Amino acid sequence: MRIEPLTAWLDERLSISTLAAMVQKKEVPLHRHSIWYYFGGMTLFLFVVQVVTGILLLLYYRPSAENAFESVQFIMTEVKFGWLIRSIHSWSANLMIATLFIHMFSVFFLRAYYPPREITWISGVLLLFIVICFGFSGYLLPWNKLAFFATKVGTEIAGVVPVVGRPILRFLRGGDDVTGATLTRFFGFHVAVLPATATVLIGIHVLLVQLHGMSVPPSLAEKSVKKMKFVPNFLLRDLIGWILAIGVLAALAALFPWELGEKADAFAPAPAGIKPEWYFLFMFQTLKWLPAKIWRFDGEVIGILAFNFIALLLFVVPFVDRSPQNKRRRLVFNLIGIVALLFIVVMTVVGYVT
Amino acid sequence: MRTDRQLSATRDPATIVRRPACVVLWTAIILLAFTLASGQKKSSCIECHSKLEDTRLSAPAKLFDNDIHHARGLSCNDCHGGDPSADTKEAAKDPRKGYLGKPKTLDIPAYCGKCHSDANLMKRFNPSLRVDQEREYYTSVHGKLLKSGETRVATCISCHSVHGIRAITDPLSSVYPSNVAETCSKCHASADYMRGFGIPSDQFDKYKTSVHAKALYEKQDLSAPTCNDCHGNHGATPPGIASVANVCGQCHARQAELFQTSPHKAAFDQRQLGECITCHSNHAIAKPGDQMIGTDDGALCIKCHTSGDKGFVAAGSMRSRIDELIASMGKSTDILNQAERAGMEVSRPKFEMKEATDALTHARVLIHSSSPAEVDKVADPGLAASAKGYQAGLDALAERRFRREGLAVSLVFILFLATLVYLKVRDIERRQNESGSA
Repeated sequence: MRIEPLTAWLDERLSISTLAAMVQKKEVPLHRHSIWYYFGGMTLFLFVVQVVTGILLLLYYRPSAENAFESVQFIMTEVKFGWLIRSIHSWSANLMIATLFIHMFSVFFLRAYYPPREITWISGVLLLFIVICFGFSGYLLPWNKLAFFATKVGTEIAGVVPVVGRPILRFLRGGDDVTGATLTRFFGFHVAVLPATATVLIGIHVLLVQLHGMSVPPSLAEKSVKKMKFVPNFLLRDLIGWILAIGVLAALAALFPWELGEKADAFAPAPAGIKPEWYFLFMFQTLKWLPAKIWRFDGEVIGILAFNFIALLLFVVPFVDRSPQNKRRRLVFNLIGIVALLFIVVMTVVGYVT
Repeated sequence: MRTDRQLSATRDPATIVRRPACVVLWTAIILLAFTLASGQKKSSCIECHSKLEDTRLSAPAKLFDNDIHHARGLSCNDCHGGDPSADTKEAAKDPRKGYLGKPKTLDIPAYCGKCHSDANLMKRFNPSLRVDQEREYYTSVHGKLLKSGETRVATCISCHSVHGIRAITDPLSSVYPSNVAETCSKCHASADYMRGFGIPSDQFDKYKTSVHAKALYEKQDLSAPTCNDCHGNHGATPPGIASVANVCGQCHARQAELFQTSPHKAAFDQRQLGECITCHSNHAIAKPGDQMIGTDDGALCIKCHTSGDKGFVAAGSMRSRIDELIASMGKSTDILNQAERAGMEVSRPKFEMKEATDALTHARVLIHSSSPAEVDKVADPGLAASAKGYQAGLDALAERRFRREGLAVSLVFILFLATLVYLKVRDIERRQNESGSA
């Protein structure tokens, strides 16, 4: 069967040859830091895994306080390969957050946010927050004891922010307490609001990457850097990573299936030594260590406001550090990055072991 | 609106000076009136007695502050009579003003009963309070002995204390559930004191070792029985052999009911044996265990039954079914825990194992019927539930093996695929290099 007439028909309507020519021209710089380019694609791949497994879970999941736990239990025990889908969904979510952090720090240290890539950076920071919101909202959906109390603590932390804290807490919980209403709206955020927003932002982010091409670190002279074709060379390398990622996910799901725990019970005492998910642990540990009072203010409030302020500072990074020529500023930003990275790693480890 | 005259008065210097003086004067008048008003409620009894050096005489005045009667607005004269408003001892203790003084031991129940047996009066303070304590007291061993002239027995104040009487719901009250045994033990644990009555004095020591005391003192379970729950409080008396099962049966209703229908009932009655206490003892009731039943050396059944008799066979049969159920449950729980540790989702079968646990509890209760057939009726479904749990554990472990084997196959395929793509990349790049160099 000849496919040329069909290709010609599509090309006439979709300008496929123009797109193909653009993709053919796309090149990836080859240098000692090229390995970090793979983490963006890996994060995107894990996001796709999330979407696919999430849709499969939706076939059985029932978002209500009465049925959520039982429906996940049903998925884990009765649905053919339901355990695999749920475990991959949970493991992939965690790996995606890990690769996203790696991607963000690599972009930061390689200065891939220099002009004209400011909007790419901003869309990336927004995606980081959205992915964290995905994690927070998804964690509650199995409606188990741990998730229930983690959500209670998490939303309480949001509630201590002056002025807007209380309305935010009520908005998140759908009332004063964590109830079935909280579960329903977290489900809504998790499967509708966040995916829609993430899809738009990923579209913008990827489009801008295509538009500006891969950034070459300013420490390397762009002209002297060798290039590799995106298609097929880089894409096939990406594919190897994705195939191996499937292997890692399968191994994690089979050897360490994501546990379900006990059904949430609002009247039961909170489990002893309750901790948030690992990506919130550094903030949790910091809040734990802060004194009850800092001068006249509540230590916890100061801590939460400081984390919010730092989060906002991420947006202005490309507007403060704009020029590769300013070596002093480059050094300061490198130091800030190293300190932030060390702080996150150390506090996470301390939070995990204590 | 203020008139011109008012405004000028406001500005008048004399008015400005007079105003604070008026305020001071009125304050003094109010304070004086308040002092006089409170003086009308004075109690010369408290005033004098609290200053006395003899602690026997000053203690009542001091203790009375925490007394429930004081809290309800009563004073010394409401029990002792007299005139608390009088300033001299003679006037305050004037018999013409109804002064009664300290009641004799024999009179104490009637002394308290003056109010506590009066339903109309008690309604004013607590409509739900019983008013039959005095009548009930005289049905008790204490009351009967008192009536016969024995004054060493307990009266109201022996248990409730005197002048510092607290509500029974007050944890500091001597009759608060966790304090009752200690209160009774003040007399009943004294060998010297009890010698005259010919009763033992080891009840409190034995009680402290009992499962009931553990529940009361260690678990702080205020519903756990203490002395008065079995013996009664105001009508305290040892339950007779015929009624002891009724006493235990207040809480252990099912066991008592089963015992009444069992062959043991007639046998125990015939031999004049206390129904529950023959096996469980009375004050030192230990946590019952499966070792109590059966035909082993430690079993209680062999105290009466001998090898070959009907009871001996029944005891052996019931024990073996219970042991069988326990062993089966242990096996099932072990395999389910093993599967859970391996990450398998077994919360449902673990929950369903509760059916077997319930069956075991029920079987342990049913031994009071002394009928192996009754025990079998619940042990069989329990064994079935346990077997189901065991099968679920086996299935979970088989599923884990399947997952691991599936993973191994998948990994081989995944690695093969990754290698293929890698070789393809190398091939493409080799060709690109060749065409580039050409």
